[in-house]
Amino acid sequence: MVPISYHLILSGILFTIGVMGVLLRRNTIIIFMAVELMLNAVNLSFVAFARQLGSMDGQLIVFFVMSVAAAEAAVGLAIILSVFRNRETVNADELNLMRW
Amino acid sequence: MITLPPVNWLSLLPSLILTVAGILVLFWDLWMKEEERPLLAWLGLTGLVLTGVVSFGLLGRNESAFNGMLALDSYALFFNLIFCLAAGMTVLMSIDYLETTDIRPGEYYALILFATVGMVLMAAATDLIVIFLGLETMSMAVYVLAGIWRQRLQSNEAALKYFLLGAFASGFFLYGVALVYGATGSVQLGKVAAYVSEYGSSPLLLIGVALLIVGFGFKVAAAPFHVWAPDVYEGAPTTVTAFMAVGVKAAAFAAFARVFLHTLGPIHAQWQGILWILAALTMTVGNVTALVQTNIKRMLAYSSIAHAGYLLVAMVAGQDLGGAALMYYLVAYGLMNLGAFAVVLAVGRKGEPNEEFSDYAGLGFRYPALGMAMTLFMLSLTGVPPLVGFIGKFYIFSAAVKAGYVWLAVIGVLNSAVSAYYYIRVVVNMYMYEGEKVPEFLSARPALATAIILAAVGTVLMGVFPSASIALARASFLSLG
Repeated sequence: MVPISYHLILSGILFTIGVMGVLLRRNTIIIFMAVELMLNAVNLSFVAFARQLGSMDGQLIVFFVMSVAAAEAAVGLAIILSVFRNRETVNADELNLMRW
Repeated sequence: MITLPPVNWLSLLPSLILTVAGILVLFWDLWMKEEERPLLAWLGLTGLVLTGVVSFGLLGRNESAFNGMLALDSYALFFNLIFCLAAGMTVLMSIDYLETTDIRPGEYYALILFATVGMVLMAAATDLIVIFLGLETMSMAVYVLAGIWRQRLQSNEAALKYFLLGAFASGFFLYGVALVYGATGSVQLGKVAAYVSEYGSSPLLLIGVALLIVGFGFKVAAAPFHVWAPDVYEGAPTTVTAFMAVGVKAAAFAAFARVFLHTLGPIHAQWQGILWILAALTMTVGNVTALVQTNIKRMLAYSSIAHAGYLLVAMVAGQDLGGAALMYYLVAYGLMNLGAFAVVLAVGRKGEPNEEFSDYAGLGFRYPALGMAMTLFMLSLTGVPPLVGFIGKFYIFSAAVKAGYVWLAVIGVLNSAVSAYYYIRVVVNMYMYEGEKVPEFLSARPALATAIILAAVGTVLMGVFPSASIALARASFLSLG
């Protein structure tokens, strides 16, 4: 059996890639994908912990997180679309009507 | 045969009423004639008032429901009252405002109600995943609300910024939940508390707690996680800004305080230092940046960051005094801030938001009542006795001093002094300068006037007679056990 630390380190790496994606990329759709990557990294942690602890909670939580992520995608893409309709750009640097 | 576990429906009653009201608003909107649409506001308001009354009636109960996932205690019910106040006032302010915008009332009022459902769940949740679900229910409705004026570019931009940074923060919060789960073996606050008081902290748990602080810090707009707040508050429709500044902040603090002051209370030595720094930083950044603002919505955004700092001082102080001060201050902050935003709405015209400080020049002479109300709210936000803002700050700082955080209280008092500059500047603008604009008369806007009067009366009465509401806040906090 693969020890839990492997799962946790992988999950930490994925989470960090997600954070870096949010901080470094300028295309809002890519930023949003990076956020989804963060959520999935967390899901991996939940499953790994559930296996380690021998409890079902962690696996159940993953379903909740996945449905929240789906709802977030629906809302987020709609917002990005409505920005694109008015501004014809999804680049975070060009969305500067107000100072960041 | 599978037997269903007993369900404590009473614990769901407040959120059920709001959900049903929200669904009714959505469906009624489909069938009603265009000119009847404003009626939707009254349906929404009825739902909110009903929830408030039910929550008030249930005060004093202390039950656990859904296998320890939800609590029906005075703590949650007290926060329900704050949420209903925030949402109800927002609806009152919106009735006239929506006519000056392109926002369609159906989805607008429904989203306000659904966001309130999320807040109610956050305050009642005794399970980290339920807190997360409540947080997301609230946040997603508010993301859409921030961008609901689709034709306005600033509103679009506000929604996008709020969404991206909000989702980013949710990721941190959730990672924190995962690590707490791994460290303690459960996401239920009761079991986490039992683990913590028996075994103390571990590195894994502490990393989880730090990530939870990041997640909550984003939602309450605490520095250094506040960068989204000014842009979002400025760009969102003004009524939504008021709702976010009061409702969302109160909901985040409700869950924040339940998790930290109650569940993680036994290891408070480990997180109090971080919150101390956050509180000092938030107050200072909020107040100092507010000094140079010229747009009143942006000024109120920085002011709300500063107030998050004062609330964090109450969190650092902890125990019953700090907890009660936190809850009382949230009511106080809600009343005066909603009032200030209502005045901002009253000054705005169709296609002419009048949000710069210079637009307020001479306002005190043209509209004496409006000028008086704004003066009252600004003085209360500064913390001038005998208004509610003073009593609230007094309780927070005295709780901090009693808990031994004298320096934090000193920083807080100094910050209040700094804040006087920008709040009084609004008053000076209203009374000391002549307005360049030709005076125009307001059309009668009874709902908005009612909101301003309610906020003003609350600001004065709760300041002059604070004892009843403080006793209620204290009893509610003690119901956490």
